[in-house]
Amino acid sequence: MNRDDLPSYLDQSEDVRARFDRIRQRETILEVRKLGKRYRSAQGEVDALRDLDFSVRRREFVCVIGPSGCGKSTLARILAGLDRHTSGEALLDGKAIEGPGPDRGMVFQGYSLFPWLTVKKNVMFGPQMKGLSKDEAERDARIWLDLVGLGKFADAYPHQLSGGMRQRVAIARALVNQPRILLMDEPFGALDAQTRAKMQSHLIDIWKNIDITVLFITHDLDEAIYLADRILVLKAHPGEVQEIIEVPVPRPRTPAQFNTPEFLATKARLEELIHPAPEPLPEDEQAVKPHMIRFTNVADNVE
Amino acid sequence: MSLIATLAGTDSETRKRALLGIGSFLLPLLVWSLVSYVPFIWHPKVEVTAPGGVDYFQVGMLVDKSQFADESNTAREQNLALPAGKPANPIYLPAPHEVAQAFYTGFTREPVQKDAPWLHESLWHSIQIIFWGFLISSIVGVPLGILAGTYSSFGRLSEPFIEYFRYLPAPAFGALAVAILGIYDGPKIAIIVIGTLFQQVLIIANTTRKLEATIVEAARTLGTRGAKLLTRVVVPGILPDLYRDQRILLGWAWTYLIVAELIGTSSGITFYITQQARYQHFDNVYAAIMLIGIIGFGTDLVLARLGKRLFRWDLAQDRR
Repeated sequence: MNRDDLPSYLDQSEDVRARFDRIRQRETILEVRKLGKRYRSAQGEVDALRDLDFSVRRREFVCVIGPSGCGKSTLARILAGLDRHTSGEALLDGKAIEGPGPDRGMVFQGYSLFPWLTVKKNVMFGPQMKGLSKDEAERDARIWLDLVGLGKFADAYPHQLSGGMRQRVAIARALVNQPRILLMDEPFGALDAQTRAKMQSHLIDIWKNIDITVLFITHDLDEAIYLADRILVLKAHPGEVQEIIEVPVPRPRTPAQFNTPEFLATKARLEELIHPAPEPLPEDEQAVKPHMIRFTNVADNVE
Repeated sequence: MSLIATLAGTDSETRKRALLGIGSFLLPLLVWSLVSYVPFIWHPKVEVTAPGGVDYFQVGMLVDKSQFADESNTAREQNLALPAGKPANPIYLPAPHEVAQAFYTGFTREPVQKDAPWLHESLWHSIQIIFWGFLISSIVGVPLGILAGTYSSFGRLSEPFIEYFRYLPAPAFGALAVAILGIYDGPKIAIIVIGTLFQQVLIIANTTRKLEATIVEAARTLGTRGAKLLTRVVVPGILPDLYRDQRILLGWAWTYLIVAELIGTSSGITFYITQQARYQHFDNVYAAIMLIGIIGFGTDLVLARLGKRLFRWDLAQDRR
């Protein structure tokens, strides 16, 4: 399809518009106002994030996307309470975020399961920290393990599982606490393409069926469009909000939609925002100049 | 082990590994046997079998080869009976079978000297010294190391001094330890504690710091805080590595044993060794030294096996 034939990413069908209207009716779960993170480095003060403003409604699926160094992981860590912001405020249900807590679940790219605990005990960990008895925790864990399809692997150890399965455990472990919001920091980044696609569909299924709001960090444009209601596009140095895009692709989403006009239009817009003009390469990259020598017979061509 | 061995992991691979492992012990034994049993290899001495006309020679006496030759020549010139002898090694190098015999007699035959301890009595005393020294060191060192590794301010407060202290050689505290703790087991245990503790704190602090940060962070997002973070996440997370560290440190404790036992009244395996060396029972000396090795190495093997069982979830345990 020619680029010029694409509709504008701002055009929304009747259904999609109605859906966004409905979302706007819901209460705000997460409110971020003038959020900034400044840290001291060898080059002096650096703004990792500056003046971030956005809010997330209940059961909304928001993706955060941006080039590397835009501070998208920092944002997730601040919201999780693992890092502290230096200006502005982040409110969850109207209350300022201070330190980590079970009201915000976090899924990391590196799974970070507890390797010494079985799958079931990994999921039981949160409830037990909340003070639930072992039996109650186990009952909860079983429910959530069944939900992510790992009921049969309850007694396996994390190192016995594949990457996709480990990430399912991590999702179950985060959700068992029934957090208000699920923060996911490039959770599928380390998975192969096939597993990743499966996990994306699975995540949508989970999100559809339980009362959970998702903030999903990614650098994969297709992933962001496929999953999100809205996409928060950040730019780097300093990390600022460039645009918040309402994804015009109707729900329910299927992989078949990857080639629909709305999808392609949104992707074209994201590409425009994230890869504008080619930037000059950093100095050390410029220094790399391969000097190709022919080591095979001149006539022995592979192409 | 090499990458290929881990990748293959087949039966023939493990058999080969076992054979090489046994070989690494047989090789030194072979060299020792060659030097001991092949008369033309080394053998710098001559054991006199018949004194002949040399007045100070006695049967069984060891003399230098050159001295024996000189005396033989003198005897020949004076037309006296020629002395006879066979090549021998110095007394401090007994042959393998003599040491093997000493192993046996050390446990079965009463010591030649009156009131001298049996080999196993000496050894048992040494093992007790090691046990108490290592236990006391661990009771203090392990928690200190974990705290220093977990809380950076605690680490910064304690580690520079410990870093300094660990350069002070433990035996240097011998006289002090005797003055404070008397001449019996107290100062010996103290030397082992001083030799082990400071290394222990630093090593365990380092191990603790190597715990993946995201594991602790994940626990915090699940609502873990304070002491529970330490007991439910940090400690179980580092336990296999901590166990490995302890195995290495136990080996260090053994190296301090000999020095420690010389302090105050000499005791344990060290007393046995010095006593036997004084009477030139070098076969017993070798047997005792080897026994220390066997016990140290044996404990480590057992502990390694146990570690594999205890920490099934830890992949690194398979590497050794």
